[in-house]
Amino acid sequence: MHSKLLSAAVHHTLPVLMGYLSIGLVFGWMMSAAGFIPLWSVAMSMVVYAGSGQYLGVDLLSNASPLADVAFFTFIINFRHLVYGLSMLSKFHYITGWRKLYMIFALTDETYALLAGAHPPKEVKEQDFYFVISLLDQLYWIAGTLIGAVAGAIITINTEGIDFAMTALFLVIAVEQWLSGKQHLPALLGIIGPLACLFTWGPEGGRFLIPALVILVTSLLLLRPVLDKAEEPNSAQKGENLL
Amino acid sequence: MTPLQMALSITVMALITFLTRALPFLLFGRMSKIPRVVLYLGKYLPAAVIAMLIVYCFRNTSFHALSSWLPSLLAGGTVVALHLWKRRNILSIAGGTILYMILVQVVF
Repeated sequence: MHSKLLSAAVHHTLPVLMGYLSIGLVFGWMMSAAGFIPLWSVAMSMVVYAGSGQYLGVDLLSNASPLADVAFFTFIINFRHLVYGLSMLSKFHYITGWRKLYMIFALTDETYALLAGAHPPKEVKEQDFYFVISLLDQLYWIAGTLIGAVAGAIITINTEGIDFAMTALFLVIAVEQWLSGKQHLPALLGIIGPLACLFTWGPEGGRFLIPALVILVTSLLLLRPVLDKAEEPNSAQKGENLL
Repeated sequence: MTPLQMALSITVMALITFLTRALPFLLFGRMSKIPRVVLYLGKYLPAAVIAMLIVYCFRNTSFHALSSWLPSLLAGGTVVALHLWKRRNILSIAGGTILYMILVQVVF
């Protein structure tokens, strides 16, 4: 029974294995390049567990950002999780106790995508299957982090510019969103509004993002009649999942 | 940063991240209908936020110095091109980052 559960879950999570090992490795390496010991990197992957959130975290930690900034940035980058939870409400309904808490904690983009399409084999209980999938995904993420952090601490090459990986990750997510949705107005607003704020308030501390976010939310709410009208049928997501 | 500041920052990240994942269950777990404005923002805000974070990433790029904007532009363009071509996350990220590192370390 247990081996059946484990082999089914391992098989189901294979697509995430390579992705999490490599993206986690880059995270760990960036942390080491920024001067943080592997213990911190692994701790983050254990208790935070968010791909793009942790990439941004490297930036926040190496700038010694105030806690209020850390909270603000973490919130806006993880805002999309609100939507994942919504569509998992019914799937998680019969799961209770600490398992449910863990699965909510571990609901990353990849795990969300896997669970959305997961059907356990006959002999395996649904809630066991979902739980082991969630757990395996995080183990891959921690393993990748550890490998990258240790490698980054041991191998002393010039790592100037490695922080560009965060920019690259966000560009990849933006391209994926652009390709999978027909509505490009939000992305364009997301460039124009913040650029205007950047030129007005300057780059210091990234504070221009606060007025920028207010502008974005307000303009999206004002544009609601337009965007709702152009309502598209949910386009199926192709390619890899977002982080 | 002192270890205490590190631990505090990571704790804040962990709590806020968990909050964003738990809020739907706390707020709407017993609700039969989710407010439409929440669904609407949930649908369109993430794309705007990611675009905004890209602007944030380039916030210190100076258009007065070639050595500042050209590596960013070339590496950024490479990430987008690679991703449009192969659509493999790690290829696009590693390709663009390695190019950027070479540009800032060796070329400029």
